Amino acid sequence: MPNVLKLREAVCLLGRFPALAGLDLDLDAGGITLLSGPNGAGKTTLLRLLAGLVPLHSGTGSVLGFDLNTDRVSHRRRLALVGHDTFCYDDLTVRENLIFSAKASGRKAAIGESTMERLGLSHVAGVLHSRLSAGQRRRLALAAAFGRDPELLLLDEPHAGLDAEGREILDEILRETDATGRTVIIASHELERTRALSNREFSIRGGRAYLIEQA
Amino acid sequence: MNAFSEIKLIAGKDLRIEMRSRILLSQVLPFGAIVVLLFAFALDPDRGILARVAPGLFWITVLLAALLAIGRAFSIEQQHGARDGLRLAGLDGSSVFIGKAIAIAVQLAILEAVLGLTVVVLYGVEVHGVVVLLATASAATIGLAAAGTLYGVLAAGLRARETLLPLLLLPVLAPVMLGATRAFEDGLEGVPGNAWPWVALLTVFALLYTGVGMLAFGPLWEDT
Amino acid sequence: MSEKRQNRDDRSALLPRAVGRVVDALTLISIGALTFFGLWASPADVVQGDAQRIMYLHVPAAWAAYVAFGITTLASLLWLWPRTRSAVWDRVAGASAEIGLIFTGLTLLLGSLWGRPVWGVWWAWDARLVSTAVLFFLYLGYLAIRAVPAEPIVRARRSAITAVIVFIDVPIVHFSVDWWRTLHQKATVFNPELNPEIEGVMALTLWIGVVAFTLLYVSLMNRRYQLAYLEEGLEETALDAAILQRSGGVK
Repeated sequence: MPNVLKLREAVCLLGRFPALAGLDLDLDAGGITLLSGPNGAGKTTLLRLLAGLVPLHSGTGSVLGFDLNTDRVSHRRRLALVGHDTFCYDDLTVRENLIFSAKASGRKAAIGESTMERLGLSHVAGVLHSRLSAGQRRRLALAAAFGRDPELLLLDEPHAGLDAEGREILDEILRETDATGRTVIIASHELERTRALSNREFSIRGGRAYLIEQA
Repeated sequence: MNAFSEIKLIAGKDLRIEMRSRILLSQVLPFGAIVVLLFAFALDPDRGILARVAPGLFWITVLLAALLAIGRAFSIEQQHGARDGLRLAGLDGSSVFIGKAIAIAVQLAILEAVLGLTVVVLYGVEVHGVVVLLATASAATIGLAAAGTLYGVLAAGLRARETLLPLLLLPVLAPVMLGATRAFEDGLEGVPGNAWPWVALLTVFALLYTGVGMLAFGPLWEDT
Repeated sequence: MSEKRQNRDDRSALLPRAVGRVVDALTLISIGALTFFGLWASPADVVQGDAQRIMYLHVPAAWAAYVAFGITTLASLLWLWPRTRSAVWDRVAGASAEIGLIFTGLTLLLGSLWGRPVWGVWWAWDARLVSTAVLFFLYLGYLAIRAVPAEPIVRARRSAITAVIVFIDVPIVHFSVDWWRTLHQKATVFNPELNPEIEGVMALTLWIGVVAFTLLYVSLMNRRYQLAYLEEGLEETALDAAILQRSGGVK
C-alpha cells in the first residue's frame, strides 16, 4: 500500500509554543485512522500541518508524496479539512458558500448542490451563514469538504455540534469514503463512536503520536 | 479553472458580500462624508479656502476611507477561517490578488464618485477638465487598490493589524496622494497640460504595484 | 513555493574578531578626527556661520542612511533568491534597517537644527527633507513588520518581501516630491546660493565625516548582527527546552 504520510521529528509552533514536539507518524493509504488524546495535545495542529496550513519548524514530513519542507501547497487540492471553523462567509447563503467552495476548488457548481442535499441542508439553501445554528454550520463545513471528493480527508472533531441525524449521515458518508479506498483521519473525543468506525488509532500526547494496539 | 475565472470568482464573491453587508454604504461612505464636513470646521468655509484646497482634502478623505475598505476586505477572510478555506482550495495567489484588488477598486470608484460630488457641492468647486480628472482618478484608484491589497494581506492575520495597516500603507501611498492632488489642481485650474506628468507617475505606480503584487501576494497569503 | 530551511550552522559574526576590533578603533579615531576638523580646523562659513558645521554630521548621516537601506534591500533580495538564501541575509537586512532608521532620524533632526538659524524655520518643505521623512516612515513600517513574532522562516520571508516592496516606493517618492517642490513653487527656501561650492578644509572635513559614519555603520552592523544571532540562539534553546518538556522528557 502506498504511503500517504510520513512525519519524522516534526516540530510545529503555535507562536512560540511547540504544539507538535518531535512527532513521528507513518500512514499507508486507505482506512479510517483515529487520533485520540486530551485537549491541547496537538491534534488540531497535526491536521493543519498535514493540510499544509502551518509550516514545519523542524523535522521532515511528506503528505501524498509532497515534501512539506519544500512544497506545502500542491497537495491541497487532493485533500479536504474540516476544522473548528466552517471556512465560510457570514454574508453568503448556504448554497452560495457551497458553490463558491466547489468552484474555488476547481469543481463544478453542481457538486455544491448535491452535497447540500446529501447533508440535509436543502431546506436552508437560501439562509445566510450567519443565521445558521451550530449543527447546521457543522453540516455545511462537512458538505464543503465532501464536495472536494478528496483522496485524504482530515476531520477535526466532526461530530461536535451535530444532532443524532447529522451524526448518522456523517458516519454513513465516512463508511462510503472508506469503501472507495480513500484515507480518512479523524481527531475526536467521542471515542466510542469513532473507534467503531476506525481501524487504527494513535494517541496524541504532548505533541507526539503513539500507536494504540487494537484488540 | 483558468486565471480569468478564478479572478472573477474572487472579485464576485467579495462584491456580493459587500452588497449584502453594505459596510461601504452604511459605514465607509458616511465616514468619508463626515471627514469632508469636519474639514470645513477646521478651515474657514467663507474665504474660498475650501474650494482652493478641495483636491487635497478630497484625496485625504479617499485615502482614509480606503484604509477602512482595505481592512474590511481582509477581515471577511479572517472570520470563520475563510482564508484557510481559500488556501486549501488551491487558488493561484496572483488570481486572489487581482480578484481582491478589483473588488477594492470598484468600491473605491463608488466612494470617489460620491465623495467627489459631496466635495463639489459643499466646497463650491467649479469642475473643469473632466478628462484629466477621470484619468487621474482611474490611475490613482488602481494604484490604491493594488498597493492596498498587497499591504492588506501583509497586515492581515497579524496582531495589531488595525494599527499596522495605516502605518505601512500611508507612507507608501504618499506619492499617490501627492500626484493625484496636483493633477486634480491642474485639471480644475484649467491647465491640464501640467497634469499629465502626474497621471503618468500614478500610472507607473499602479503598474508597478500590480506587478509586484502578483508576484508577492502568494507567499504573503501563505505565511501567518 | 519553495520552503528551503534556513541553515542554522551559519556565521555568528559578520567580521572576524580582529577585523571587528580594527574597525571599532578606526571608527573612534575617525570620529575624533571629525570632531577636531568639524569644530576647530575648519573655518566658520561666510554665510551660515557656525551653523554650517552641522552639515559635517547631517550629510554623512544621510549618506550612511542610504547605504544602510541599500544594504537592507540587497540582503533581502539575496534572501529571496533561493540559491543564496541564508539566515545571514535576514539578520543583515534587519540590522541594517534599524541602523538606517537611526541615521535617517539623525539626518532629519540635524536638518531641522540647521534649518532654524539658516532658513529661520525648524522645518522647510525642501524636497530632500520631505523625501527623507517619508523614507523614515517607510522603514518604520518595515521594522514594525519585522517585530511581529512568527516562525523564523515565515518572518524572514515576510520581511524580505516587505523590504523589496518598500524599496520600490523610494524612487517614486523621490520623483513625486521633487516634481512637487520644483514644478509648483519655484523659489524654495533651499536655494542653491546658500549652498556654495565647498572646498579646502571644509570639503576635507565633509569627507572625514563620510568615512567616520561609514565606519560607524560597519561597526554598529557588526554588533547588531551578533546580537541578532545570539537572540536567535536563545530562542532556539528556549524552544528545545519547551519541546523536551512538552514531549515528557523523551528525546
